[in-house]
Amino acid sequence: MWTLFHKFGSPPWLYRLSGSILRWLLPITLLALVGGAVWGVLFTAPDFRQGNSYRIIYIHVPAAVVALAGYYVMAIAGAVSLIWRMKMADIAMRACAPIGAALTFVALVTGSIWGKPTWGTWWVWDARITSMLILLFLYLGVVALYEAYENKALAAKACAILSLVGTVNIPIIYKSVDWWYSLHQPASIKFTGGSTIDPSMLYPLLFMITAFYCLFTCALLLNMRVEILQREQRTAWVRALANKGAAG
Amino acid sequence: MTPAATVTFCLRLLRRQLVLGLRRPVELGNPLLFFAMVVALFPLGLGPAPDTLAAFAPGILWIVALLSNLLTSDAVFRSDLEDGSLEQLLLAPQPLYFSALAYVLAHWLLTGLLLGLASPLFALMLGLAPGAIPALAASLLLGTAVLSLIGGIGAALTVGLKRGGMLISLLILPFYMPVLIFGSGAVQAALNGNPAGPFLAILGALLCMSIALAPMAIAAGLRISVDT
Repeated sequence: MWTLFHKFGSPPWLYRLSGSILRWLLPITLLALVGGAVWGVLFTAPDFRQGNSYRIIYIHVPAAVVALAGYYVMAIAGAVSLIWRMKMADIAMRACAPIGAALTFVALVTGSIWGKPTWGTWWVWDARITSMLILLFLYLGVVALYEAYENKALAAKACAILSLVGTVNIPIIYKSVDWWYSLHQPASIKFTGGSTIDPSMLYPLLFMITAFYCLFTCALLLNMRVEILQREQRTAWVRALANKGAAG
Repeated sequence: MTPAATVTFCLRLLRRQLVLGLRRPVELGNPLLFFAMVVALFPLGLGPAPDTLAAFAPGILWIVALLSNLLTSDAVFRSDLEDGSLEQLLLAPQPLYFSALAYVLAHWLLTGLLLGLASPLFALMLGLAPGAIPALAASLLLGTAVLSLIGGIGAALTVGLKRGGMLISLLILPFYMPVLIFGSGAVQAALNGNPAGPFLAILGALLCMSIALAPMAIAAGLRISVDT
C-alpha cells in the first residue's frame, strides 16, 4: 500500500503508467464515442413529442453528468494534495479545471440548441441551467486563481482550498436555485424507482455517459502528462526522453 | 492556550480592528455612500415610475448590498499583510480559526451592520412597501454576515496577490448566490404578504454553517498568502 502511495508521488512512474493506460484507453474511447453516437442517432426511435431533436441528449446529458462529477474529482484531488502533500494530486486537480469547464460549456451550448425547438427559446433562467452556469463560473474561478499565483506550488494549495469550499457549496447552490425556479423536466434516470425514459433510449445514453467518462479520463491523463513534462523539464529523465524523441 | 485566554485575545483583536476602522470615519461611510449612489443609478436606468421601482426594489437593494460587501472584502487583510502584523498573528499560539472569526466580525460590524441599519432609508427611496422593510433589514443583517464570512475566504486567498481586486469577485460571487436568493426571497415574501420567517431561518442556517466552516478556509488561505 505504502509503496504504491510513494509511486504515485513519482513523476516518471506516473508518466510511464499514464502512457501505457492511454495506449489502450484512447482507442476504446474513440470507438465508444463514435459507436454510441451512431447507436443513439441512427438506431433509436424518434421521440413521439420531440421528434428527432431529442437526439442531442446523447451529447447533452453525458457532458453535464461528467462535468458535475469532474468537480468532485477536482475537489478530492485537491484534498489529497492538501492532506498528504502529494505532488501528482495537485497536477491532477489543475488538469481537471479546464476539462470540466469545457464539458460544462458543451452542456450549456447543447442545452441551448436543444431548447430552441423544444421550449422555443435559446436561454431560460431555469434552475438547472442556472446551476450549470454557476458551475462554469466555479471552474473558471479555479483556473483564474491558479493563473494569478506566480508560485505554482502555492497556486495549487489555494485552488485546493477553493475547490473544497466549492464542494461544500455546490449542494447548497443546487438546492437554492432549484427552489428559486424550475422549468426543467425532473430527472429521467433514476436508479431507485422506475426511469421515465424508454430502455431503447436509455441504453445508448448510459453507453454515451460511460464513453464521456473515458473521454474525461483520457483528457485528464494527457493534460497531466503535459504538466509533468513542463514541471520536470530540467530533470535527467525528461531530457533523456526528449533526446530519444529527437533521435527517433 | 486556555479557552479564556483565546477569548481575551480575540476580543483584543476585535477591538483593535474596530478602533482602526473608527479612526477613519470617512472610510466607514464609503460603503454606505456607494450603496446610495448605486441605488440612485436604478431610477436613472429604469425610469422613475414608482411601480417599476417598487417591484424591483427587493432585488435592487440586495444586489447593491452584495456588491458593496464584495468591494470592502478585498481590504480585510491587506494592510495587516503589508505591515507584517498578519505574520505575527500566524506565529502566535492562539488558534488562527478564532482570529479569523474576529477579523470577519469586525468587518461585518463596520459594513454589514451599518448597511442593515441604513437600509430602511434606501428602501423608502425606492418606494418599497413599508410592510416589507422589517424583512429587508432583518435579511440584510443576517445575510451580510454570511457574505462577510464568504468574502473573508476570497480575501484570504487573494491578499498576497498584486492584482486581487477583480479576482476576488470572480471567486466569491458564485458563493454569494444562495444568500441573494434567500435574502431577496424574504423581502419578496413580505411584499406579497407571506411570512418571511422561513427565508430568514434559512439565512440563519447558512450563517451557522459559515461560522463553523469559513474560518477554517480563511485560516488555510492566510497561511498560503503569507508565504507568497
